[in-house]
Amino acid sequence: MCNALEPYPGRCVTDHAAGGCHERSLTQIKFNSEGDLLFSCSKDHIINVWFSHNGERLGTYDGHNGTVWTIDVDSQSRFLVSGSADNELRLWNVSDGKCLYVWEFPTAVKRVAFSDDDERVVCITEQRMGHQCVIRVFKLNRDGDGTTQSLEPEHMFSPIGSKATVCAFTYTPNLIITGHESGKVALFDVVTGTEVLNNERAHMDVVTDLQLSADRSYFVTSSKDKTARIHDTKTLRVLKTFATETPLNSAALAPNKPYVLVGGGQEAMQVTTTSLRQGKFETRFWHKVFEEEVGRVKGHFGPINTIAVHPAGTSYASGGEDGFIRVHHFDESYFRVKPYGDLQLED
Amino acid sequence: MASLNGTSHNSIDDELDFSDIEAKYRVDFDDGFDSIIVVDGVPVIDRSKLDKLLAKISKEFSRKGAVIKQDDIFVPWDDNVGKSKGFIFVDLGNPDAAAFAAGAMNGHPFDAKHTFRINRFTDVERYANIDETYVEPAVEEYRPKEHLRAWLADSQGRDQYVTYRGDDVEIHWHGKPSQCEIAYAKKNWTELYASWSPLGTYFATLFRQGVRLWGGPSWEPQHRFAHPLVKLIDFSPCENYIVTWSHDPISVPANLPQGPEFFSPEDEGNNIAVWEIKSGHLLRTFPTTAYENEDPAMKKQMQWPALKWSSDDKFVARVTPGQHISVYELPTMGLHDKKSLKIEGVVDFEWCPHGEKDKEDADKPVKAEKGAKKRENMLAYWTPEVANQPARVTLINFPSRTVLRQKNLFNVTECKLHWQNQGDFLCVKVDRHTKTKKSIFCNLEIFRVREKDYPVEVVELKDTVTDFSWEPKGERFAIVSSNDPNLGNPGPGITIKTDISFYQLDRTKNDFKLLRTLTSRTSNTIRWSPRGRHVVLATVGSSTKSELEFWDLDFNTEERREGQNVKEEWGSGIQQLGSADHYGVTDVEWDPSGRYLATSASAWRHTLENGYAIWDFRGQELEKLILDRFKQFIWRPRPRSLLTKEQQRQIRKNLREYSRAFDEEDAAEESNVSAELIAHRKRLLDEWNAWRARCKRDIAEEKRSRGQKLNGEHHEEEKEEIEEWIDEVIEQIEEEVVE
Repeated sequence: MCNALEPYPGRCVTDHAAGGCHERSLTQIKFNSEGDLLFSCSKDHIINVWFSHNGERLGTYDGHNGTVWTIDVDSQSRFLVSGSADNELRLWNVSDGKCLYVWEFPTAVKRVAFSDDDERVVCITEQRMGHQCVIRVFKLNRDGDGTTQSLEPEHMFSPIGSKATVCAFTYTPNLIITGHESGKVALFDVVTGTEVLNNERAHMDVVTDLQLSADRSYFVTSSKDKTARIHDTKTLRVLKTFATETPLNSAALAPNKPYVLVGGGQEAMQVTTTSLRQGKFETRFWHKVFEEEVGRVKGHFGPINTIAVHPAGTSYASGGEDGFIRVHHFDESYFRVKPYGDLQLED
Repeated sequence: MASLNGTSHNSIDDELDFSDIEAKYRVDFDDGFDSIIVVDGVPVIDRSKLDKLLAKISKEFSRKGAVIKQDDIFVPWDDNVGKSKGFIFVDLGNPDAAAFAAGAMNGHPFDAKHTFRINRFTDVERYANIDETYVEPAVEEYRPKEHLRAWLADSQGRDQYVTYRGDDVEIHWHGKPSQCEIAYAKKNWTELYASWSPLGTYFATLFRQGVRLWGGPSWEPQHRFAHPLVKLIDFSPCENYIVTWSHDPISVPANLPQGPEFFSPEDEGNNIAVWEIKSGHLLRTFPTTAYENEDPAMKKQMQWPALKWSSDDKFVARVTPGQHISVYELPTMGLHDKKSLKIEGVVDFEWCPHGEKDKEDADKPVKAEKGAKKRENMLAYWTPEVANQPARVTLINFPSRTVLRQKNLFNVTECKLHWQNQGDFLCVKVDRHTKTKKSIFCNLEIFRVREKDYPVEVVELKDTVTDFSWEPKGERFAIVSSNDPNLGNPGPGITIKTDISFYQLDRTKNDFKLLRTLTSRTSNTIRWSPRGRHVVLATVGSSTKSELEFWDLDFNTEERREGQNVKEEWGSGIQQLGSADHYGVTDVEWDPSGRYLATSASAWRHTLENGYAIWDFRGQELEKLILDRFKQFIWRPRPRSLLTKEQQRQIRKNLREYSRAFDEEDAAEESNVSAELIAHRKRLLDEWNAWRARCKRDIAEEKRSRGQKLNGEHHEEEKEEIEEWIDEVIEQIEEEVVE
């Protein structure tokens, strides 16, 4: 299938690591809502922000003292939150790189996410050293300079059973989606801390990434079980499945085009024993509705850990175990070709 | 609740009769008599000779390896006459020794008048207790069986193949894309691997308990052969017999059922078993040929098949290296002529395959008796150099055992015998060494078997030949040769450079001439299409290279036929049709029609990108599936065509007529398929759109209820043009100008 079509996305604008910026593997990358900025975090303790159109670095957010596992930026590009293996959740001022507030927990922060109204932040802490996996929701004080925040979370609870690995707010207030180590996907009411709905067999292995559609009505998950899946937010029904032959670390939805981007590769610890060819370190493009693979983009030397697509759908970026972020701008043919003819497809 | 369950259990217990199971699993308590044997045929003596007799008996026993003392022998005495009763009891100490002694000493000629007849003591009682009333066996009702070759009558003329992945075994139909479907699938159908019989009639699967054959359209079990822990199987060419091998020697437990389908105590310790397929009867068992060379390095892998069949299923032979070839007649499995072919130093042999011509001759009624006589079976073997004797390849007729041709060879390291599949040619690939034994080169000694006096021609090569392959039904062969210094010491990441050469029989000069050499390849495997003409060169088992090259050796055939033997340039018909790549390929196999090629990467060899692909003969990929834990792919073989030569010629003549019909079918099919696909996509699309519409409505309502304004329309971002000027200093030169 992919032989018939040239892989779409064309130019790779930048290899950030070529500039010597992240020294270790990427953990998460995020575009802001305009798409002009790209945030990245890595195991080298540093958070970077880049101009997405040319890959020039705008600045860094220094302060974490451990692997930064996760970041998220609000829709106004004012605040950035980050979670790290130094057990801290930090709030940053996007524009000047100042750390505004630090929350400290008993264990590492594995995932953070803003709500759609920017009012709240959800974070997952690791299950370790006798501490349970805890999900906390903080209400941000957006008034003033942002340095006065409440130390105590608005809500907190521990999911029973398998620990949560990823999470995000739905379009319904106080309802979050979580992906779990067992492959479960669930809906939680943060106020009561109860599991509203779950799909125990959404995946057969760890859920590694979860990204929402623009209106948060459906979401795509990736898993070590080598599949990516689209789920209905309301019912958690699996709508589409994309089966590959490699463990997946990330999956993203392309706006304005009916594609899902997935990336992964051999486990990091096996990378030294596998060649590039075997590793499957490619970003694959799948048709969201027909579940057919339409193209691949090569480039990374190691597994792809995280993928993000520009909110306008004009480019995408991937961060790899190799320490590179690769930003690809889709070339003209990507927008022009219609491999399936004229389709009236709702986004 | 509990009581309810309890009662239901009881009622089941009452209803069912477990006595058969209890009888089967009854634990035999050790009555201590297992170690005792009864020896009949002992001379009747009086007391004076007792000591002498006992001494003699124990000596005879000990000489056969069953060591006994005089005290172990008990002699029953007839006190009325004062003489012994003519039989004795011997206690061997343990049941194994007793079994051995019984085997070794039974029928032992003690003296001219007396021959020992030995029974186990426990057997006496057992046979005495057999129920002697005759029970008429119930006549089984006749059930018509399914046609075992029903798959050949497929209206679409499709072939089948089997795949084994994880625990799943699936039988697929393979034809045009729309005709591919699964014919049958079963979980845990085999525990080791699966196999087809050579004509495709049976499907064999291996279990701990033995081999099972399946067949017919509904894949019902056909036969089973109870050979515990069976590892290897081999069918005879006409599917009349099957040979099984297990690493563990056969042992016969006490409760093993008896009958012609089961092992009996005589088979204990053997590894190889020969069975008749139709009856399921065990014909004979053999021990694995032991390589009793003093040199442990010579203890190479066991050869499989260990028994080699003549292609008419009349004989089967095995070699005892260095000593003899034993040929057994079927169906009795008796040694032919009661003696083996004694050949000092023999290493290996091969039967001559029967060509289509031979088979036709064989099918003809006996009237041809006086005319051209039927070709006998032929056998080729080779012996290595010993002392002053040269190495030698010999061709003999069988069963007449007349030597047809011998060829002496010198400086021989190793020989390999390759028969062309029609039995027209025999190529002996001789690996020779130079005087210093430092380098190895290769000679091909080609016997033209169908000609008078069996002329031999030699093709001398400077390099080592790693693979040799005859074109089926053809006069060509291909070799893989290499002079890579790494040859012989394989390591990870090392890919051996090879050359591929094609040779063809030059009809005018009657010798084999080089057609063409393809240099600097990595291919190490040659796969001829079963119909000849097309050949695939593959790089198998390498971690870095996995090329497939598709070649046609008669590319100009059409023109030649019209021009009627116009002398064209030698070797100009060779043309590469395509090349492809299947990463990690471990197996390459043509389908029986020679139209498709299957390549697979088996999890038995490595775990990277397991799966299989099907290509057409030009190298176009038709199907590729990457499947975790994929293990095996085998095409179902087809039996020989039932059409006569004349009928086949007619079909070839009218090919255009047929192909027109097929083309029309294809065209109709294609439009059908694409219509189906489009409809399928349309359906998916409609479902998605309907669901999206529902979602959007839900969200709108949700937001309205929360009193938020709808920010549904994304305000289009006005585009900002950023112009960037990049100055790059390429070089800065400071020049000092001295006036």
